[in-house]
Amino acid sequence: MAGPIDLYDVANAERDARAHFSRRAFVCTSTGCLSAGASAIKQQLTDTVTDAGQEQGVQVVPTGCFGLCSRGPLVRVETRDQQPTLYEHVDTDTAQLIADDHLLEGRQASADTVSLELPFFARQEKVVLSNAGKIDPDRIEDYVGQGGYRALQSAVETMTPEGVVKTILRSGLRGRGGAGYPTGRKWEFLSLADGDQKYVVANGDEGDPGAYMDRTIMETDPHRVLEGLSLAGYATGASQGYIYVRAEYPLAIERLERAIREAKRAKLIGRNVLGSDFRFDIEIRIGAGAFVCGEETALMKSIQGERGTPTLRPPYPTERGLWGKPTMIQNVETLANVPVILERGAEWFASLGTSESKGTKVFALTGSLNNTGLIEVPMGITLREIVEEMGGGIPDGRAFKAAQSGGPSGGCIPAPYLDTPVDYENLQKLGSMMGSGGLVVMDETVSMPEVARFYMEFCRDESCGKCTPCRAGTVKMHAFLDRIVSGVGRRRDLQHLESLCHTVRATSMCGLGQSAPNPVFSTLEHFRDEYLELLVPDEAFGPDGNGSSPDAQRAVATSPGGVR
Amino acid sequence: MSPRTGPRPNVPVTIDGVEHKAFEGETVLELAQRVGVRIPTLCHLEGLSIYGGCRLCVVEVTGDRRLSPACALEVTAELEVTTQSWTLHEHRRRIVELLFAEGSHVCAFCVSSGSCELQDLATEHDVDHIHYDFAHPDAGIDASHPKYSLDRDRCVMCTRCVRVCDEVEGAHVWDVAMRGSQGRIVAGMDQPWGEVADCTWCGKCVLVCPTGALSFKGRATSEMVHDPEVVAFLSTAREQGEWLDRKADA
Amino acid sequence: MADRAGNGAAGHPSGDERFGVLEKALKRSRYSQDQLIEILHVAQGVFGYLSEDVLVYVGRELKLPLSRVFGVATFYHLFTFEEPGEHGATVCTGTACFVKGADRIVDALTSEFHVSAGETTEDGRFTLKTARCLGSCGLAPVVVIDGAVRGHLDAAGVLEVVAEQMAADDEADTEDTTPAEADAVASGAANEARL
Repeated sequence: MAGPIDLYDVANAERDARAHFSRRAFVCTSTGCLSAGASAIKQQLTDTVTDAGQEQGVQVVPTGCFGLCSRGPLVRVETRDQQPTLYEHVDTDTAQLIADDHLLEGRQASADTVSLELPFFARQEKVVLSNAGKIDPDRIEDYVGQGGYRALQSAVETMTPEGVVKTILRSGLRGRGGAGYPTGRKWEFLSLADGDQKYVVANGDEGDPGAYMDRTIMETDPHRVLEGLSLAGYATGASQGYIYVRAEYPLAIERLERAIREAKRAKLIGRNVLGSDFRFDIEIRIGAGAFVCGEETALMKSIQGERGTPTLRPPYPTERGLWGKPTMIQNVETLANVPVILERGAEWFASLGTSESKGTKVFALTGSLNNTGLIEVPMGITLREIVEEMGGGIPDGRAFKAAQSGGPSGGCIPAPYLDTPVDYENLQKLGSMMGSGGLVVMDETVSMPEVARFYMEFCRDESCGKCTPCRAGTVKMHAFLDRIVSGVGRRRDLQHLESLCHTVRATSMCGLGQSAPNPVFSTLEHFRDEYLELLVPDEAFGPDGNGSSPDAQRAVATSPGGVR
Repeated sequence: MSPRTGPRPNVPVTIDGVEHKAFEGETVLELAQRVGVRIPTLCHLEGLSIYGGCRLCVVEVTGDRRLSPACALEVTAELEVTTQSWTLHEHRRRIVELLFAEGSHVCAFCVSSGSCELQDLATEHDVDHIHYDFAHPDAGIDASHPKYSLDRDRCVMCTRCVRVCDEVEGAHVWDVAMRGSQGRIVAGMDQPWGEVADCTWCGKCVLVCPTGALSFKGRATSEMVHDPEVVAFLSTAREQGEWLDRKADA
Repeated sequence: MADRAGNGAAGHPSGDERFGVLEKALKRSRYSQDQLIEILHVAQGVFGYLSEDVLVYVGRELKLPLSRVFGVATFYHLFTFEEPGEHGATVCTGTACFVKGADRIVDALTSEFHVSAGETTEDGRFTLKTARCLGSCGLAPVVVIDGAVRGHLDAAGVLEVVAEQMAADDEADTEDTTPAEADAVASGAANEARL
């Protein structure tokens, strides 16, 4: 039976192997680029190189994601003594040019390229995504070659569990799933909990529409997630880890499964991690299409094979979680920070970001922008830098209207606040929240009441149904928004909408219901006039309640029960 | 409710400005009921597990910006709680209105009128008008069972029936299907109730239902009288030796 | 009551061999009730959808109350309970896709095939579904047509692709299994291997 992997030997072998290649082509094979034909492109490059007998000197590496998703498929070519070239919108014709000219002959192909000096790339600080675009996610050796699993080895061989917890505490890492709870404190709670069995769970449910940060981490660097989860287990005394992945991410599931198999073989997971007494197993659990299962207690119900309805807290998961045992749930991006923190030190991590929000954040930049895709930036960068410099501004000369952060739980940030440094506290002060990292840019053509209605429809459809205010309230709030957007709303509809929003926020059982009214509150605060413009004025209704204008008549006709 | 034995209550809890002494570990709702303070409830039923879904029992806790459900809030240390305020009253009233707007609750010809907790809550919270669009559901009546009838349009999703059948009778006939506002109570594999072999005809689900959703057949308007306290009784009857004292009904 | 010692084909009265795949998955998960959702994924992969028969079978094998199995299965959006159409389009209705006109695509498909999201046409040829963000926002608007992810299509483009898929069907020889069924068995086997 083989012993545990020797990380230094493997890393050295990788480095030596890499040194043999004079040219390397990195093809993005994340879901987005794959859907646009990346698999065939990679095959084409590989075949051309092999047919020319140049496999010893030219390597084609399937990798991802480079981040600039709107310009995919993307191929980056690195050659010795030259600046790397990033080709965009690669199709079969340009792939052949790249293969023939650049890979076989070392000349840049005449195809569309993107400058790697663009602010979109240059302003990023890659901590979580440091391996994205560099390694083949299906090869553990590649991960080890970049220094992977050294943090786990050093923790297991030279640190105490308490020492690991203290390092995370000192780093100031906060939960990247949305709420920003201090990670170290959660680890502390779990490590202090009594019990023969504890669990740690990686939350890869990422249900926010328009957010795909966690998907990218799982697809491009699955071992990073395994290492982070293992470190969490070591620090807190948990011997079993679960990775809960939504079913809509089949590629992430596939890559994680392969990574787990490889890690087991290398004895990085299992009875004796790296030959030590530390035992840690990892299993994948798949979701089945329920946004609410991103909520901690609902997620646990789902892992237990039940309906994903949240449960009352207290008791908190670290007291009583999966099957009644102490459990800790951590977002995938949060865990991906852990190996780097242990390797480079808590002080280094705390030097990034702001005083209360340390480190970096991955954002999925979508909407009305010239450059959409995935970016990782230090906390404290301003919204203007993200939107104008990195995002390249709004296309077709349209004006910026608002940026939505936090998805259906968040709020919109209008132009006057573009110079706000992005961190947990500032976004909350603006009536939004960091959320998981989805950042949607909206231009002047977007109707904010329609945006509020869109998010409310989402919350209504995703409500688990357990508690009255969310189950019934989201239906009614959506109905009010629908009436208003359709032009048959009156002032009293707006009033009832607002008061109902307060009740739903105050009395709902879990975060879904509590934050469902946020987009309404936020758009009302910054864009109230848009709502008012849509209302049928009270003057259009006579004292008998009948409408005197066509709009008013329609409002009365569509009002259930007639006059109200 | 059976008297507690054992250690005396000693944790100071102030409810609406009046100080009481609570047992460590008892819930704010249990304390309130013990000392005669009214907190509205719907899904809560003594003898069943705590559900926490109706949200009517939410109270303000000093020092916490969030409202807490009294049915689940356990007293572990000194606490100051407000159970009645203008805001709480408004929230509860809106929740009751939402329940009315969600279903088809027409008291005028309901079998449970007069013995209905939703009706009582509406009266208590000054519900004289529903400000929200009525959903007018029409899920139909399931009268397939020889003894009982189910009218889903009157269901408030309190899950007392699900819990009593699972936790007390052990048959687990009922469960919740779908989710959100599409959610509804189903029997077996969403079969007509009368075809579910697991049903023991014990009738406890009918006794604990707070509205006219579940009723005995052969009852006309206002003739269905529920008896939810039977569950609390059953949970302690053996210890208390109270069999012969219990008046039989149904 | 299914015989656990034998294979699924002998265990299930219908003799349908697909129950054998399901039984293997149950065995591999050690008939653990916690694995209900994973088992339902395998079942849907193998059969294409969750029929009452399959749900009852799973319930009995896992010793779970039938209402519990039904309640869990119907909670999750990805499980379907009707035979899927020969062809399908799943329109992503996430934020980025919404901003790029996903609702217009849904409307176009609804008008063309006279079905709402989640429904299959009467002749069984087409199923329309929506999904809450597939995570390919760079390709917005995203529509998955017969298992293939297509991006940057407008309503007319989507209708065209669907029509092409259906036309290709008419030209092909009669097959033993429909493409949907073949995919279902393949992915069911893949799901089963995962356990």
